[in-house]
Amino acid sequence: MSSDKNILIVGAGPAGTRAAEVLAGQGLRPIVVDEAPASGGQVYRRQPAGFRRSAKLRYGFEAAKAEALHATFDALRERVDYRPDTSVWSIENNVAFTTGPDGVARIPFAALLLCTGGVDRILPIPGWTLPGAFTMGGAQIALKAQGCAIGERVAFLGSGPLLYLVAYQYAHAGATVAAVLDTARLSDALPVIPGLLTGGTTLAKGLWYQNWLRFNGIPFKRGVRPIAVDGEDHVSGLRYRDVRGRERHIDCDAMAFGWGVKPECQLAELAGCDMRFDAIARQWLPECDAEGRSSVDGVYLAGDGAGVMGADAAEYRGELAALALLADRGVAAGARRRKYLKTRLQRLMRFRIALERALPYPEGLAAALADDTIVCRCEGVTAGDIRQSQSLEPDEINRAKAYTRLGMGRCQGRMCGIAAAEILAHRKGVSLAEVGRLRGQAPIKPLHIGIGGAAAEDDPERAASI
Amino acid sequence: MGENVIVSKNSGRVQFVRLSETERPEITIHVDGAPVSALAGDTLLTALLLAGGQVRDFEFGAGGRAGFCLMGACQDCWVQLESGGSVRACTSYVREGLRLKTGGAE
Repeated sequence: MSSDKNILIVGAGPAGTRAAEVLAGQGLRPIVVDEAPASGGQVYRRQPAGFRRSAKLRYGFEAAKAEALHATFDALRERVDYRPDTSVWSIENNVAFTTGPDGVARIPFAALLLCTGGVDRILPIPGWTLPGAFTMGGAQIALKAQGCAIGERVAFLGSGPLLYLVAYQYAHAGATVAAVLDTARLSDALPVIPGLLTGGTTLAKGLWYQNWLRFNGIPFKRGVRPIAVDGEDHVSGLRYRDVRGRERHIDCDAMAFGWGVKPECQLAELAGCDMRFDAIARQWLPECDAEGRSSVDGVYLAGDGAGVMGADAAEYRGELAALALLADRGVAAGARRRKYLKTRLQRLMRFRIALERALPYPEGLAAALADDTIVCRCEGVTAGDIRQSQSLEPDEINRAKAYTRLGMGRCQGRMCGIAAAEILAHRKGVSLAEVGRLRGQAPIKPLHIGIGGAAAEDDPERAASI
Repeated sequence: MGENVIVSKNSGRVQFVRLSETERPEITIHVDGAPVSALAGDTLLTALLLAGGQVRDFEFGAGGRAGFCLMGACQDCWVQLESGGSVRACTSYVREGLRLKTGGAE
């Protein structure tokens, strides 16, 4: 096959796996690039070779789904050009640039399916950069993929489905859960009960985890507001206000926090996709139609990277985007299946919107951060630095970036972008949409020094992939 | 002996706790010159945080860092190889003979 006919899938999680399955089923041979050493994405991340825990132990209620997804991908191995341990760091003129075990490569493509997933949505709080403070997803990965807890006594803070799930998984695995602190209030959920009920078993599982935590005597508070992570050189506690406004303190040597998931859309931006401000996600997302077509011909989006809807939806969206790609190429197949998938997705979207309102990102907390709180953890830019940059009359967030180095560090604003936008919007008295977004820039992640050359022998990422 | 101390401020404490999966082959890596025992399949971050309290000093201010997202997104956990170059600790795995420095990134 000549290279200009390549179909490139980025990501081998739920969306990428299902997309690859559809395309391979048509005898196409998609290239699947994935950062991880094995397929599954973050949600169904596999454990390294030599680990023995059962799928049931690692994925709980989702074990059957995880195993089915892994089996699907494993069965495709001969029919896809699979490149694990490989990152796409730029996209330009229908060419993707990758780094991996064999060094740097360029992949020209005729069609691109971005299934890039998401990362934790973070709200900086004083002390959040101390050793011992991790994202909720990070805490789950430590347990799921490494068999470790992030500390001796772990506090969980935030809101969203992962909060109860990860706290449950920790307690169940024998870790000490110091407290589960949910910023959502019951009153947030009341207006959206009909929407929540469309969640069916997903809702039931969430409630089951909450009840399990209560039944097992784990302190569980709703409606809290974080004050600070305490500690000098490392996390030693967590302070918060309870629902009545009283200050409380929890002793812990680790804390996991996060408010749902935010999409990873840097590659969509680099591919030239139009972006729109999404009021539910409170951030800019790539435009796409109901079947995953972006604004750029030949570029398709699926999974949480195209707007967070969760793992079940990601499987549907991956399949749907691949079917749309086939339809756009004149392959007359899958019309009924596409219709079915869209109906399922509409139902999941209703639940997702209700969930976002019931377990919201706590609006106003970032804007209220004290001036000395670090917002950009890469560069140590504080809330005060961001506010002061406003006296220079920048009109939007990229001007603030130029003045403060906000978002200029290694993570490119993945962790701080949402909070920084809120601080700027509040300071300027404008909407979040008017603040703009930190634009994605290549390389979207730091490149290895000495990649592909003699240094490879000393490169443990290479060792792991062999 | 400063060069044999894993980390300056967070030495003497460890961050992670291993709960399971202990039946794997042992691997020794060297961190700031000192041997650190790990198990095959541990990420560098896991190995470092089972042996110490942080993985690097923060280059723009006081304090240390111990990683954050564990999924290759936040870039908080880059550590140096003695032989030059640096790696992201949360997405790299231990290997016999590996030698790391935790002084800082880049």
